Amino acid sequence: MRKAFIKKLTELVEKDKDIQLLTGDLGFSVLDDFKMNFPNNYLNVGLMEANMIGMAAGMSLSGKKVFVYSIIPFITYRVLEQIRNDLCYQEVPVKIIGVGEGLSYGVAGATHHSIEDIAVMSALPNMIVISPGDPIEVEMAIEKSLNLDLPCYIRLAKSGDPVINNSDIDFEIGKGLILKKGRDVLIVSTGNMLEVGTKVVEKLEKINVSTELVSMHTIKPFDENLLISESKNKKLVVSIEEHVKTGGLASRVADVLISNEIRIKFLRVGLPDKFIHVVGEQEYLRDLYGLTPDKITDKILEKLEVKNKT
Amino acid sequence: MELYEISRSIRKKLIMMHYKSRTSHIGSALSIVDILVVLYFRILSVNPQKPSWEKRDRFILSKGHAASALYCVLAEKGFFEKKLLDTYCVNGGKLSEHPDRLNVPGIEVSTGSLGHGLSIGVGMALAAKRDKKNHKIFILMSDGECEEGSVWEAVSTAGRLNLNNLVVIIDYNKLQAYDRTDDIQSIKSVKEKFRNSGWDVREIEGHEFSSIEKGLKIPIAENPTVVVANTIKGKGIKEMEGKMEWHYKSPKKENLSDFLKELNSDEKSFHKKTD
Repeated sequence: MRKAFIKKLTELVEKDKDIQLLTGDLGFSVLDDFKMNFPNNYLNVGLMEANMIGMAAGMSLSGKKVFVYSIIPFITYRVLEQIRNDLCYQEVPVKIIGVGEGLSYGVAGATHHSIEDIAVMSALPNMIVISPGDPIEVEMAIEKSLNLDLPCYIRLAKSGDPVINNSDIDFEIGKGLILKKGRDVLIVSTGNMLEVGTKVVEKLEKINVSTELVSMHTIKPFDENLLISESKNKKLVVSIEEHVKTGGLASRVADVLISNEIRIKFLRVGLPDKFIHVVGEQEYLRDLYGLTPDKITDKILEKLEVKNKT
Repeated sequence: MELYEISRSIRKKLIMMHYKSRTSHIGSALSIVDILVVLYFRILSVNPQKPSWEKRDRFILSKGHAASALYCVLAEKGFFEKKLLDTYCVNGGKLSEHPDRLNVPGIEVSTGSLGHGLSIGVGMALAAKRDKKNHKIFILMSDGECEEGSVWEAVSTAGRLNLNNLVVIIDYNKLQAYDRTDDIQSIKSVKEKFRNSGWDVREIEGHEFSSIEKGLKIPIAENPTVVVANTIKGKGIKEMEGKMEWHYKSPKKENLSDFLKELNSDEKSFHKKTD
């Protein structure tokens, strides 16, 4: 996803010299070409993230289209008040690019995990929160972000993420994407769990459970209409995210279901409300917390059987 | 064991740990090995059998990304068994790339995000003063880390409170993750800012044991002390020394024997000024 981001930004800066990329001393092997080819559109601010957000606000208020780049905890939690006051409060459309969503930096430990970022950023008025499902969605989100008149947070994984979507998708910020239609189960996925979502669909379809898959790449504003229409006549709605179950996708889905009086079984797949002290790579930790295709499929079947019994 | 022998065996262990786990930051770890060895074997008053001993000196590795080096020194000192080092960044293990104080004895503070350690150290130093305790607080930061604004808030407060039980060591290896440190914020300006906030500023050679030991013993007046340690990122392996890419790369199988041989053969020249 990082490569998709810089590929798209490079395309855009060639046409639009107002684009600026600020980094908090990160981007080795990712930003190298951009740094070399567009020195007037690039600055390593250094390990000064709070300063970087303020500078980005100033540049944006001066007509620049500013992207700031760092690892998620350093560019969200660390600088929350700068984001709140300098960007959200004043409606300054800076684009915050965070890398390492969820458990991407597995063995690095909890300081580098990003499992509460959606909740934290969504809490801020005026903040648009985007968690793309694959490199195609990343490219589209970056391109469309230029038209926003509010700040946005775009949450990226690391590198080597698989392409899931076709390249000709009709992508709009704030509109979920239906990747596959289905009758029985609706799976709503955000971020890098999209690949896992496709595998769950394959497994369920094999045993004749007709399953629909939605990539809910924008968490805020949330595509309420899509959820209302696609949950109709389903037996079960499932939210999957590499994020704590509180305050992220699951909470948004629950909000929409309850406030629209939609009575339906609902399964939340995500992480518990705790820091992870166990050391492990992303795949290991996903397995530990039940975020694998097998474990999710089992949970879905369990939930469906309960319904069948009643 | 002589200090240089401890350092050498730790460097060899680090090569193996980073090779096996394929993790980043070996350059950052190698640049602080000698400082940590002097700290734990000559300076700090700590008791591996009683890691929570109230009167112990506190050490905070604020540049948490170099935790592998700290794990090695703690194991060498006896805080935990050396075989635990083989679980570094292994699935289901306790030793994460950045240190977690709830996972292993001897880790005072969980770090990994830069610019946190000094403020925590200032709090510990103030608490010691209020309790009339004599232990000292040592914080090891990276040179790039001094760019974080929170560092300067802590520097100012420590100066204001005359926390002379506080010692900061800056690992001046000249390279941060994506630039030369002096190109972002010069070490000259860093030293001036410390001085202007009322700190004693010292300089040492960060790979010479006698220089490190001398610099870290603090019979001083009223001020907190900062010790700028002149170091080399990747110290000990010529292929890594002074190269930014070794913030990220890990040793490959085909280089292992060369790296280990280099550490073996270098014992005479490596620390010759020190012993």
